[in-house]
Amino acid sequence: MSAGAVQIAPPAKRRRALPGTLVGAVIVLGASLAMAFFPSLFAPYDPTAFDYNAIMHGPSWAHPFGTDNFGRDMLSRVIHAYRIDMQIAVFATTGPFIFGTIVGALVGYVGGWVEAVFGRVVDAVITFPFLVLVIAIVSVLGPGLRNMYIAVGVVDWVFYARLVSAEVKIQRRLDYADAARGMGYGHMRIIFRHLLPNAITPAVVYLMTDMALAILLGSSLGYLGLGAQPPAAEWGVLIADGKNFMTTAWWVSVFPGIAIVITGLGFSLAGDALADLLRVNR
Amino acid sequence: MRDMPLISVEGVSKRFRLPRTASDILTGRPPAAVHALNNVDLEVHRGETLGIVGESGCGKSTLARCLVRLLEPDEGLVRFDGKDIGLLPQAERRAFNRRVQMIFQDPYSSLNPRMSVRQVLSEALSVHAMRPKADIPARITELLGLVRLPADAANRYPHEFSGGQRQRIGIARALAVEPEVLVADELVSALDVSVQAQVINLLLDLQERLKLTVVFVAHDLRLVRHISHRVAVMYLGKVVETGPTEALFATPRHPYSKALLDAAPELDPARQTRVAAARGELPNPLDLPTGCLFNTRCPFAFERCFAERPNLSNRGPAHFAACHLTDFGKPTPATIAAQ
Amino acid sequence: MTAPSPDRNTAGGGLKVRGLTTTFATPRGLATVVDGINLDVAPGEIVGLVGESGSGKSMTLRSIVRLVREPGKVSGQVEWQGRDLMAMREADLRKVRGAEIAMIFQEPMTALNPVLPVRLQIEENLSAHTTLDRRARRQRALELMNIVGIPAAERRLDEYPHQFSGGMRQRVMIAIALANSPKLLLADEPTTALDVTIQDQILKLILDLRDRFGMSVVFVTHDLGVVAATCDRMAVMYAGRIVETGTVAQVFAEPHHPYTRGLLGSVPRIGAERSMLLSIEGMPPGLIDLPDGCAFHPRCSFATDRCRAERPPLESFAAGREVACFHHQTVAAMAEAA
Repeated sequence: MSAGAVQIAPPAKRRRALPGTLVGAVIVLGASLAMAFFPSLFAPYDPTAFDYNAIMHGPSWAHPFGTDNFGRDMLSRVIHAYRIDMQIAVFATTGPFIFGTIVGALVGYVGGWVEAVFGRVVDAVITFPFLVLVIAIVSVLGPGLRNMYIAVGVVDWVFYARLVSAEVKIQRRLDYADAARGMGYGHMRIIFRHLLPNAITPAVVYLMTDMALAILLGSSLGYLGLGAQPPAAEWGVLIADGKNFMTTAWWVSVFPGIAIVITGLGFSLAGDALADLLRVNR
Repeated sequence: MRDMPLISVEGVSKRFRLPRTASDILTGRPPAAVHALNNVDLEVHRGETLGIVGESGCGKSTLARCLVRLLEPDEGLVRFDGKDIGLLPQAERRAFNRRVQMIFQDPYSSLNPRMSVRQVLSEALSVHAMRPKADIPARITELLGLVRLPADAANRYPHEFSGGQRQRIGIARALAVEPEVLVADELVSALDVSVQAQVINLLLDLQERLKLTVVFVAHDLRLVRHISHRVAVMYLGKVVETGPTEALFATPRHPYSKALLDAAPELDPARQTRVAAARGELPNPLDLPTGCLFNTRCPFAFERCFAERPNLSNRGPAHFAACHLTDFGKPTPATIAAQ
Repeated sequence: MTAPSPDRNTAGGGLKVRGLTTTFATPRGLATVVDGINLDVAPGEIVGLVGESGSGKSMTLRSIVRLVREPGKVSGQVEWQGRDLMAMREADLRKVRGAEIAMIFQEPMTALNPVLPVRLQIEENLSAHTTLDRRARRQRALELMNIVGIPAAERRLDEYPHQFSGGMRQRVMIAIALANSPKLLLADEPTTALDVTIQDQILKLILDLRDRFGMSVVFVTHDLGVVAATCDRMAVMYAGRIVETGTVAQVFAEPHHPYTRGLLGSVPRIGAERSMLLSIEGMPPGLIDLPDGCAFHPRCSFATDRCRAERPPLESFAAGREVACFHHQTVAAMAEAA
């Protein structure tokens, strides 16, 4: 018998085709971020400048998205709204994602009565319609973006915690987790170094969906007057502004709506792409 | 009479409670429980290979996990170096975790898929402070050489390896902390026959070189016979027979051991029989028989076997069996001559 | 290429496989999982098909009755009682499967329908292939349960698969397979998922049934002990090809292919405890990029330049013995010396 080293296969060529979803996500979200950071580069007009000669003009070469009842250029308003809406997407979800992930990892690892208590919290939260709950909280705290973030944060972390705890519970039973315990590694090391990297993918994918949902929620609250306050350009606010003229000036509401749809699509594509990229090789 | 065993298992029992069912709640019954281990006594001596063999559901994996304290016994205790491992203070517990290492059955789930081989090994080395930081890379190369993997394996991730190679990585991880005992749970049962032989050879070689004590848990009698100095046969959570490998395989003194040995197909086509070695199947583990656990399948069972559970008693040098028929399988002058 | 030995008359009764080839088109190229297999099974004979995972042994079995899923392509000749199964229309083949030729699989847990009582699953096979009425089917189902040794058969007929243990489920699978008194049983690792005492019972049952009903059996397994315990003849497969055939006694006593020798040496033997096993270095090749020449040469200690360049054909070297190795005489001499 040879005493030589065992042959291992040459490194697998990472020839994974670039997923189409990733390309789409990068294009859409890249453009969205660019407009959020540098709206003036893209907007042809000042979004707050009134032009009494061009009130409620339909789409034209001068105003591709038309103008509103003060003659403000809708394209510029939609572009400037990216800043607030992308901010909502990030700010409303990051906190809940981090907090929920940590709580979920601990709950899933500890199990037992902690998990039982957590299960009741989840039940309590998900039996309320999310939007109604958030509206209730904002009504108490008062309208505005900051209070909206607080309201979303109070509820939203539960979804991440639930995803992560379920996944950690599965990973905890695999032999590599026992191997780490058998090595005498500390609990925190096992949870955050070993289990979490293998358990976090669903939460990251959900984060993308959640960002799209956050934009929808922010727009809904803006529309209801509970989120971003006029005259700030925010898509929900813009849609609300146009609602009285829907029959005569559809473009005032429709173009912000399309922006919401496209951005939401971008986040969905990013979710699919991430699910693909983070898939673990077994 | 003998030196102190390195590990001793004393009266260990372990139950796994099943979730309470609706009918349990209605009838006020306690939820059913699987009795995975029933009052197990066992010793492991320094430097030996102890084979633990039995069919599925016999509790051998549960016992292995109790040995490394991945599971806590419900009753009884496990001593390591004379001390109850359930009562070790923090510092000694860490030392215990280092000195007794487990290797797992499933090459696909026993390695963290997101950690490279280097990360796996250097974590073990640094958490237990086995080497100064600067010496870790050299030690990793050395460990890989020990399990016959090339040094460049360190940069790879588990999915790039075959099942046999993953088991080598598992062994390297265990060896990183320079343990005294390896508990191998079905180390090769997921591997192809030719690869099994490679890993078994490696284990034999390492044991020799590093003077390891090995607890080899397996269902494959041929493998257990091949590598063990001493064997314990388990049935339904109980050790029914234990003895030196040669004696136990030549003259099994428990009817279950005999059936198990006879049932394992011999490699010799000329030595085949046409009669099944054991009748019947395992009883429901939720509802164990009273008396001897084997009485539902034992062709020799008599009244006492249904009333009283036999304990291990001496049958020869270091040879014990738990059977009321103390003469069962006793070598006669004819069988001794035949050997 | 294959010279069936004169004592095995396969003209009328048995199974005669010639040049059976199964390929799969994969994104990385064409994989030949079964590569020109020749196999004869005489009436009442049990032939073991032995190999490691990926050797193509299970796929050979499925290809014989054309049970290969898309995109697999099967070609070659399978002559069963004078008819070519490969040329048969699908509808006619269905009449053969489950009737004259039955199959049992490794996983009795997934091969049974969990929502139907076992009686219905046995009777289903009867109503598909016979004209028996309800009463007669019920009678036959009970008879079959008794044949395969299920205790309290009458009561258990109306139970569901989950109420049976693994061994009992495999017995039910065998009862279903036997429903129409098959002449050929294709068994794909039927005892691999079972405990050794239960495996022993099932193997003895299969031997019994062969004796009582004169069935032929093709027995796919990776366990050489199981081959020794049940088979008359054996064929060893490596990388989609048969590399050695012969009676079980001949092959065990004098392996001529280095792979067979390595496999036998990998299994611990009595009297050599705690010694190094023979083992085979390396691992089986991927089926898409097989090595040139003999597929086994990278793992073979006998390999020469010829083995690396030229693929050895499977050739007869003694009555009923075939091997695909240029150096088989050397290999056999080594085995004898050991």
